[in-house]
Amino acid sequence: MHDLIAITALGGSEPQVDTVGGITCREVPGVALASVAARMGQETKASKALAKLIGAPAPGIGQYAGDTVTAFWAGPDQWMIEAPFDTHEELADQVKSALGGTASVTEQTDGWTRFDLNGDQIPAVLELLSMLDLRNIDAGSVARCSIHHIGCFVLCRSDEAFSIYGPRSSAGSLHHAIVTAMRSAL
Amino acid sequence: MIINHPLLGPRDASEFTYLGDASLINRPDWQAEDAAEAFYEYGYLRDNPAGEHQELWYHEAGDRSWLVVTRDTTTHEISKVELARDVARARGRSK
Repeated sequence: MHDLIAITALGGSEPQVDTVGGITCREVPGVALASVAARMGQETKASKALAKLIGAPAPGIGQYAGDTVTAFWAGPDQWMIEAPFDTHEELADQVKSALGGTASVTEQTDGWTRFDLNGDQIPAVLELLSMLDLRNIDAGSVARCSIHHIGCFVLCRSDEAFSIYGPRSSAGSLHHAIVTAMRSAL
Repeated sequence: MIINHPLLGPRDASEFTYLGDASLINRPDWQAEDAAEAFYEYGYLRDNPAGEHQELWYHEAGDRSWLVVTRDTTTHEISKVELARDVARARGRSK
């Protein structure tokens, strides 16, 4: 019997937390993810099924929606679905059975790592990290951008709470970029 | 240079990568009689206009969509930006 110990994307047994000034950067490992791409000609059916799954209309361009299971816009007729890992470990299966033949669903859970930023002045950090037009980003917005050449999703949950998704294999580099920008800006 | 993405609004050109002439959308029919000649032309022959040019750009550091950008090669003025899939479907592809 294997005796394996779960570690986070940064390699710790506990999620890493860094606080600089008034901002906390928190590693968030407990997320299940799946991507959804509507099939050609099935776009309307797919977005209806998605709306039923998340309990809210399928999010439009640059938006996210939902409560426990949320969806955010990733591209035309494409979304990423996120949910708590503890209750939705088999998220991709659940999404696939909800959307059936209207969309292609891909398991993404271990492909990504998430860092949550909480505090005031988050835009001061993000403007050092990315080229996003932060004046056009408010609660409910999501945007894909490059952070230190790493393709990331930035979700704005409120003025004082942002989530950043980046590829898990670059978690160390992304974390370094975020914490360096926090130290510079704050 | 700013590219006015049809879905996401104005974005800096550094977020995009350039592929080439938008005529690459017009992939020849491989079953046609003259397929060899058509693929030779498709692969190797390009117009090189001084002026308005339709080209394929990829929003790599954004939503990963392919765009058809109409750009004046002498001034870099961009007159039109469309989703490549809309252009391709309008030309009768992906049906």
